[in-house]
Amino acid sequence: MGGLRFVQISDSHIGFDKPANTDVTATLRAAIAKIKAAPEQPSFILHTGDLTHLSKPSEFDTLQQVLAELSLPVFYVPGEHDVLEDDGKSYLQRFGKGTQGAGWYSFDQGGVHFIGLVNVVNLKAGGLGTLGAEQLEWLEKDVKRLTSSTPIVVFAHIPLWSVYPEWGWGTDDSARALSYLKRFGSVSVLNGHIHQVMHKVEGHVSFHTAMSTAFPQPAPGSAPSPGPMKVEADRLKKVLGLARMSFHDVNHPIADHRRPA
Amino acid sequence: MAVGSTVTWTNRDDVPHNIVSTEQKFKSPVLDTDEQFSHTFDTPGTYPHFCSIHPKMTGQVVVA
Repeated sequence: MGGLRFVQISDSHIGFDKPANTDVTATLRAAIAKIKAAPEQPSFILHTGDLTHLSKPSEFDTLQQVLAELSLPVFYVPGEHDVLEDDGKSYLQRFGKGTQGAGWYSFDQGGVHFIGLVNVVNLKAGGLGTLGAEQLEWLEKDVKRLTSSTPIVVFAHIPLWSVYPEWGWGTDDSARALSYLKRFGSVSVLNGHIHQVMHKVEGHVSFHTAMSTAFPQPAPGSAPSPGPMKVEADRLKKVLGLARMSFHDVNHPIADHRRPA
Repeated sequence: MAVGSTVTWTNRDDVPHNIVSTEQKFKSPVLDTDEQFSHTFDTPGTYPHFCSIHPKMTGQVVVA
């Protein structure tokens, strides 16, 4: 059986060195090694943001060097940690080729339409993640030409569903984005940001968040704040990972299988 | 607080934050753990601010 196979990794936070994980480059390398060791290789990688911790050139360098070991195409969207300085210009210089606005874009692979969205810039006081009017207009146009049977994969850093607004885990204008995708028979939404796996299904839309390759964060509301969670050293690798996803038959989709590494 | 007072913010968290005036009157660089930012308030008024990385974090300084 053919089909399309890809891997999502997220929240590598290169540059983070606090007790929750003092060597985030090593844990990213471990994730890369798992991808390499898998019997069936993915066609490409999605990185759903927070490549770096502080948007420093040296951090972006390390991230790119480690991922280059895979010799696979990598598709990125920024997290808020990747656009800390100069409105994300250094992110766009590296990863923005062929993208629109703050770095959003779409592409087609194996009959599936992939849409990378940016919801980490121009955030408003008191608010959540934001897509903004310009990106929403682009999205509406981008999907207009597609038939409703086209499987859609949307990936963005901050969850596009309301996971836990009290901690900022949601996107203010995601409902409008999802309204443009309502007519499609299969929509998968992949996010990072919350450093843990959660799933939700709403009609034809399935939402998934991924683990970080750097450090875990507490379950919603289970701690005073969402900061990095320190776990015992032997448990750390169990709460970090990646997500594998495949469309076994793009003509009969919604056949996605994900599991932590 | 009194006109002419200086406020110093210290990031005591494990993740970076910044202090941005909602009305764009001042903006700190991104502060990593234990880094500080100071701003002197020379004019009476209410100064709402937030962390533009984590916009749910808000505060205000009242100068009279």
